[in-house]
Amino acid sequence: MSNPLLTIEDVAVELPTPRGNLRAVDHVDLSLDAGRTLGIVGESGCGKTMLSRAVLQLLPKKATLTGRVMFEGQDLVRLSSESLRRLRGRDLAVVFQDPMTSLNPVLTIGTQLIETIQEHLELDAPAARKRSIELLAAVGIPAPEQRLAQYPHQCSGGMRQRIAIAIALSCEPKLLIADEPTTALDVTIQAQILDLLAREQRRRHMAMIIITHDLGVVAGRADEVAVMYAGRVVERAPTRALFKRMHMPYTEALLAAIPKLETAPHTPLPAISGRPPDPTRPLKGCSFAPRCRYAVSRCHEAKPGLTSAEMPGHLYACFHPIRMAEGIGA
Amino acid sequence: MMQLAVRAEPLLSVDNLVVEYGLGNKTVHAVSGVSLAVARGETLGLVGESGCGKSTLGRAVLQLRRAKSGRVLFDGDDLTAMEGEALRKMRRRVQLIFQDPIASLNPRRRIGDIVAEPLIIAGVKDAAERKRRVHEVLSAVGLDPDLVAGRLPHEFSGGQCQRICIARSLVLNPEFIVCDEPVSALDVSIRAQILNLLEEMKARFGLTLLFIAHDLAVVKAVSDRVAVMYLGRLCEVGPSEQLFARPAHPYTDLLLQAIPVPDPDVRPVEGVAIGEPPSPIAPPSGCRFRTRCPRADQRCSAEIPELREVAPGQFAACHHPLA
Repeated sequence: MSNPLLTIEDVAVELPTPRGNLRAVDHVDLSLDAGRTLGIVGESGCGKTMLSRAVLQLLPKKATLTGRVMFEGQDLVRLSSESLRRLRGRDLAVVFQDPMTSLNPVLTIGTQLIETIQEHLELDAPAARKRSIELLAAVGIPAPEQRLAQYPHQCSGGMRQRIAIAIALSCEPKLLIADEPTTALDVTIQAQILDLLAREQRRRHMAMIIITHDLGVVAGRADEVAVMYAGRVVERAPTRALFKRMHMPYTEALLAAIPKLETAPHTPLPAISGRPPDPTRPLKGCSFAPRCRYAVSRCHEAKPGLTSAEMPGHLYACFHPIRMAEGIGA
Repeated sequence: MMQLAVRAEPLLSVDNLVVEYGLGNKTVHAVSGVSLAVARGETLGLVGESGCGKSTLGRAVLQLRRAKSGRVLFDGDDLTAMEGEALRKMRRRVQLIFQDPIASLNPRRRIGDIVAEPLIIAGVKDAAERKRRVHEVLSAVGLDPDLVAGRLPHEFSGGQCQRICIARSLVLNPEFIVCDEPVSALDVSIRAQILNLLEEMKARFGLTLLFIAHDLAVVKAVSDRVAVMYLGRLCEVGPSEQLFARPAHPYTDLLLQAIPVPDPDVRPVEGVAIGEPPSPIAPPSGCRFRTRCPRADQRCSAEIPELREVAPGQFAACHHPLA
């Protein structure tokens, strides 16, 4: 196996709160090869965003991080802030859910793009401007030259997200982290932005992490999916295996709870009862056990570790994995 | 009403409703001549993307936003002509559930008082009776009244707050509820619980619902019929199964194709969605969808398409409907 571009090793993130320490990310291991797409899926509070912030070294000041984040052979956790700054925006780029949080409202789009390009690449102003126009055109912005002089508030939400993507792509990153990139957008705009990300990724042979709460977003677009629950990765598999032969009851329940277009109206949804555990009070056993219909006493007593399934690259954290027989030879 | 083929007298009918907002010296054409009807006991789903006017329509139905023209008939009475006390009386029969459950609850008031408030406004003077009603609806939505009545909203999760909002909307025994994106702010696992709860409450209390959402699958899960809105106008309306299986309006078709399906065997088709919705300040002439429509021709810019029946009970406003 070649060396992965990114390896997350035993990463844990804790945040102090008035009610005690909150374990946002609970010892996660993940890896990603160059040019591949990893989907990280989970509900709010599962730690998916904190994990991506740990990779980017953009955690809140009070957070404590343990573990290693290896990116092209160097541990980002131990990197100086100066080296990190050089890395972020060049090899390591990010697109956030709300493009207004990454765009500066008082600077023109041109200034923001050209600034990023000149910060990281040795280009003079006319060359950086030319490149900005090419980038805006590549992300589907009509009349890119005029857009350069505009401010973010003069653009629609979809346009702003395209601009944020243009800035992220401006220095040919090796890894793009897209944190809920389409959650704030309408469904027809979402389709366009996901198409754009997929196209640019193929063209640039860039690795991508898509973080989302929507299993539909990763189903057709990720090579591999990790499902997070209460700070941990509870299942990780090549996309098709995860959707068709999941072993973790939470993955099954999450998929079943989504309303489907092919289901007849007024069919009761198989809801997951209860809600995720309080992250300041970690459970002794499996975090999903209180909501799991397969749980037995052992599930409440001990925490299941990630176990390998028959299929290479498929891992699950459960004492009573489902669909095990079907997986053999399939 | 023509959209209600053979159904009984509609509980609600909206007739050529126009709602506009002023924005400086410009006008936002939020709802431009919408007609629809909801039969007693029915759930009508209303879908569309942000800015299409679906929430404005919901508010105009309840007279929270007054219409520029058109009528809203509720059980035979024209709400647009009502004012003051008459309107207040009518509001007991029609309720609203909002998208953000936490923001819709006063953070400084206890749950018991929040749910009892509509009773006080409606003039229920007997405190024991109010308490009995509050207990009844809190239990109905799956909360333990003895445990929750004395607590404050911040002690509850988003899903629980939405249960409390639903309880509050039920406390006056309404006949009709407008649900405006009631599950959009909730996680998948909680969303299913709330959708199931709305269905249960509808059956138990004999409710009629106008269910507004942007997610087609969510709308289909609860709706008997679905209406699709785009930029202030209705594109298509019809029985849920039929509309989703055989959309006649190109916009309905686009929405269906743009949804990411949680199945890796369904490969997303790139390039189905083009362009962005134009501004409701200066909507296109003729068909408002024509600027993004692959089927548009000259007629579409010259002539506003009327809703026409394309299949039994299914109506589309399109000059070139899909077969």
